[in-house]
Amino acid sequence: MLELRLDGRHPVLGMIDAQVREGDRICLLGPSGVGKTTLLNGIAGLDPQLRPMIGQRAGLRVGYLFQEHRLLPWRTVRQNLALVGAGAADIERLLAEVGLSGAADSLPDQLSLGMARRAALARCLAIKPDLLLLDEPFASLDAERAAELRGLIARLLDQHPAMAMICVTHDPRDADDLANRLWYLGGAPATLRCDEPPGSAVNLSQLSERQRRA
Amino acid sequence: MNGSRWACWIALPCAVALWTLIALVVQTPLLPTPVAVFDTFWRATQSGELPEHLLVTLRRVLFAFVLAMALGTLLGVWMGRSRLANAVLDPLLVLFLNLPALVTIILLYVWFGLVEAAAVLAVVINKVPNVAVTVREGARSIDPKLEQMALVYRFTRWQRIRHVWLPQLFPYLMAATRGGLALIWKIVLVVELLGRSDGIGFQLHMAFQVFDVASILAYSLAFIAVVQLIELALLQPLERRASSWREAGVRHA
Repeated sequence: MLELRLDGRHPVLGMIDAQVREGDRICLLGPSGVGKTTLLNGIAGLDPQLRPMIGQRAGLRVGYLFQEHRLLPWRTVRQNLALVGAGAADIERLLAEVGLSGAADSLPDQLSLGMARRAALARCLAIKPDLLLLDEPFASLDAERAAELRGLIARLLDQHPAMAMICVTHDPRDADDLANRLWYLGGAPATLRCDEPPGSAVNLSQLSERQRRA
Repeated sequence: MNGSRWACWIALPCAVALWTLIALVVQTPLLPTPVAVFDTFWRATQSGELPEHLLVTLRRVLFAFVLAMALGTLLGVWMGRSRLANAVLDPLLVLFLNLPALVTIILLYVWFGLVEAAAVLAVVINKVPNVAVTVREGARSIDPKLEQMALVYRFTRWQRIRHVWLPQLFPYLMAATRGGLALIWKIVLVVELLGRSDGIGFQLHMAFQVFDVASILAYSLAFIAVVQLIELALLQPLERRASSWREAGVRHA
């Protein structure tokens, strides 16, 4: 559904050749500032320079969970979901799914960080995405909330087996729960240093090693 | 808190009392007492003369205001969003900002004659640059992160304007409205004084010819009251309603 053919003419990202297929669950790892968010923005179509280098299946729906919730602060959670095209029944179902049924009529700034992120996740799902982009979804949550959200995302992925995911994270352990594929972005300009399935102890230690060196 | 609620009732009565005192001491028709001014106001209202001229002026103010806000907002958003448009138009904007209202009025009357269109256009030309500058500031402060969000979630142009831009521009539009109303009605008076045969400005002109200070004060105070009424009855409730989401956020924090 997605083909990356980066030719190295981008200021941050070097040569990258990769494909994303249905059902791919990719964890994107790499040191801070290497260009993980830049790559995600490019895939979401937000970087004009990258647009010609990224091939998308026609009509591909991309749900993007930004680092900040980026809900409209002057609209309630319900209105925010309605704005991306969700019907009333869909909104109730989605909010129940992410555990926010009681907060439908709250404004985003009235929610805690974790709740706002789940509301934003509900908005991602409202457009019935083929590809889910998650930018550090567990950052600045306490361990318990992070585990909760990780469980929620794992459940959602199970429910939609065809949906692909790219999740930026700093923690290789996230990969064990969510991913069937690992990307490691490193260097300057940044390239994919590895593209492999996760799971084995060898892989994890290699990754940690790479991360230390980078 | 309790003290400051009543504090706004100190200055005005004091000023009226001082005015009365001085008027009683100097005893001249050039400084009538508040009672005399109110008397003039009442007679002019009963005769229907004051309401008539007031409505004429109010109509001009509202017409010029709507036009100036619409044009100024379009121009401001365009210049705030496009670097090129800003580079091209900024020198013109600076020129018009510094053009005295009087010059615009005189030139338009000279070119188009003493007609209604020239009068309103003169006011609009005076006000558009102010609105544009204020709104441009707002357009520049539009959050690029929400722009990205609107792009990813494929907001239509209308959704973007209505739900993403307008709430962010609102404080700037409100500032332009406030300043606009105050500035416009003062310019309208000059326009009427120089080239119209009705309106408050015209009446002030007539009163000036015969040094009728009571009429001058009665007409201007009546109009100040009307503008204040618009502020209290229209603008303040609108502002409270539109910014209620801000307070909700503050309560949580």
